[in-house]
Amino acid sequence: MDSLLVIAPVAVPVAAACLYAVLGWNRITAWLGTLSAAGLLACAIALSTAGRHDALGGLLVSDALSAFMLLVIGAVALLAMAASPAYLVTELAAGHTGPRAMRRYGVLTQAFIATMALAVLASSLGLLLVAIEATTILTALLVGHRRTRQATEAAWKYVVICSVGIALALLGIVIAYYAGTHAGVASLDWAVLAEHAGRLDPGVMRVAVMLLVLGFGAKAGLAPMHAWLPDAHSQAPAPVSALMSGALLSVAFYAILRVKVIADAALGAGFTRALLLIVALASLTVAALLLIGQRDYKRLLAYSSIEHMGLLALGAAIGNSLALVAVLLHILGHGLGKSVLFLSAGQLHQALGSSRIHATGGLLARAPLLAGVFALGLLALLGLPPFSLFASELGIARAGFDAGLGWAVTAALVLMLLIVAAIGRHTRRMLLGGEPGEAGSLSVLPRTVAAPLVAGLAACAVLGITLGPLQPLLQAAAAIAGATP
Amino acid sequence: MYIQLLDLACGAFLLTGVLVLWRRELSAIVWLFALQGVALTALVVILGVRQDSPELIMIGVGVGALRAGLLPYLMRRALVAGGAGRETQPLVNVATSLLVAAALAMLAYALSQPLVRLSPTPATQTVPIALTVLLIGFFVLVTRRRALSQLVGFLLMDNAITATAFLTTSGVPLVVELGISLDVLLAVLVLQVLTTWMCAAFGGTDLDELRELHD
Repeated sequence: MDSLLVIAPVAVPVAAACLYAVLGWNRITAWLGTLSAAGLLACAIALSTAGRHDALGGLLVSDALSAFMLLVIGAVALLAMAASPAYLVTELAAGHTGPRAMRRYGVLTQAFIATMALAVLASSLGLLLVAIEATTILTALLVGHRRTRQATEAAWKYVVICSVGIALALLGIVIAYYAGTHAGVASLDWAVLAEHAGRLDPGVMRVAVMLLVLGFGAKAGLAPMHAWLPDAHSQAPAPVSALMSGALLSVAFYAILRVKVIADAALGAGFTRALLLIVALASLTVAALLLIGQRDYKRLLAYSSIEHMGLLALGAAIGNSLALVAVLLHILGHGLGKSVLFLSAGQLHQALGSSRIHATGGLLARAPLLAGVFALGLLALLGLPPFSLFASELGIARAGFDAGLGWAVTAALVLMLLIVAAIGRHTRRMLLGGEPGEAGSLSVLPRTVAAPLVAGLAACAVLGITLGPLQPLLQAAAAIAGATP
Repeated sequence: MYIQLLDLACGAFLLTGVLVLWRRELSAIVWLFALQGVALTALVVILGVRQDSPELIMIGVGVGALRAGLLPYLMRRALVAGGAGRETQPLVNVATSLLVAAALAMLAYALSQPLVRLSPTPATQTVPIALTVLLIGFFVLVTRRRALSQLVGFLLMDNAITATAFLTTSGVPLVVELGISLDVLLAVLVLQVLTTWMCAAFGGTDLDELRELHD
């Protein structure tokens, strides 16, 4: 029974993907994806109280950290899938998609969710890597869904850069395995490697860890391998952007957390800390510089994802218990907030036919509900209370000062101030703005989209006020991620 | 005898990689990639014979079927579908490319020192060669402007990683090896689909056309 519970998060979306392949996308099957995401979320909740379980002969293992990541995937998937039917109906009406493309959308999104679940349940580095590369392949055709010049370009860059990143991570795994076989630990299992990490050759492990952080960092959208992210996120269908930004980036970051546990045991905390601090500050700098002159609101959201991944790297570099709890909470808060924003940006794009910021002037008067959701989502992402990102950013900053990394936190805070100013200026133009591109009101927000948007924002706000039953899970997950007291 | 054969296979592996920098005909590049797959297969089979491991020999044959057979076949099909067979002016000319390759070889040698030091067997001593091919593959990826030659660059990197895996540890666990091979195959198929879309949208596979997305 318990092992079934571990397999279910992968099996449920796979089953849904098969159903889409057979039945295609119609008015009824459109809700199948939502149902499967709800099932995944239910499994995650059940697993989060169930402790450590394995399945398929130890190939899949669920511990507190995996269960928490499944919660994030389930929550983001539920929002994205609930908003998908209305999104696709509008796309179909506008002639941007057809029955074949919609069937492909159903199959690929479900398979994509299944591989993300597989990645966080994998007990070994090897399976994790295979699953993450599989997400690249599955989402590539989703990024190019519209088949326009820009969409094809974005998809091409995405596959090439992420595959190269994964290739580097693969080389890192090969080298770590080599170090392991020489220490008599011929295994890629997390637990086994972490347990015997002290015996691994430090010189070889340094090369391996560097490649692994760089490789998974590419997929997580961390600088210097972030170039694919703004293109892919701005071109993919909105629910896919939500899934990619809200869940996929964090899944890749989860891989870095797992690698860090082994690296810290083999090399001491200093090595990964230095690596992560460099990529964290680089990502924040890239995001700040490119947000200032941004003219496209979807790309603005993508750069904001780079910013938040940078913050996660900063928190992981700090690495004490408070910092890791904050990092995990930040993953959830960012997942909820960013999917709400990408979904509302998708509605906006469909209504306006353009993702240029100057085309959206005076939004608050033309579409109050949509504009309100968009504005609240941005406030959440900028880390304002009551949203949970305020609590997690505060936690990361406090933990940083406690750990003697005040300089890094200060630098990050300065960069974030720049980001707040840049996003604030753009938002003001979008919401209030002088001259609306075309006068008149926009179409009303469909109820099936409004519901997930409001629910996502509400969940993000509630998490900012109380963690409730999540508290013990977060503590347990942070302990697994190698929290030093 | 074992060492000579091993060095021969590694030499062929490196040579095919360097020659990719030299040739500009896309069909010649695909040929060179197939030859490199053969060299990789020979390498694995030699290691298998030396270790008296029928399993390793079988894996070597599988690697050969994928990298010397199926992948070049798929690329040749993409080439026929894509039309024009010549690489447009690469960003870096041939003479400079070859000089860069020499510099990359030295870099690879420096990077692989900790790996060789851990266990200086004849097999691990050839790891710098594999890493040189990896860096050459990356160089091809960033300096070539045809979709297909970028793909070859990526696959050269992948060949090099496979070679490293076999030279250092006789390969990663079978599940990982299978998963990776499947992923590479699917990546090639997806890129093939994208190339077709690109042809439909741009009328060619020149990546210079991909300049619409920027800040």
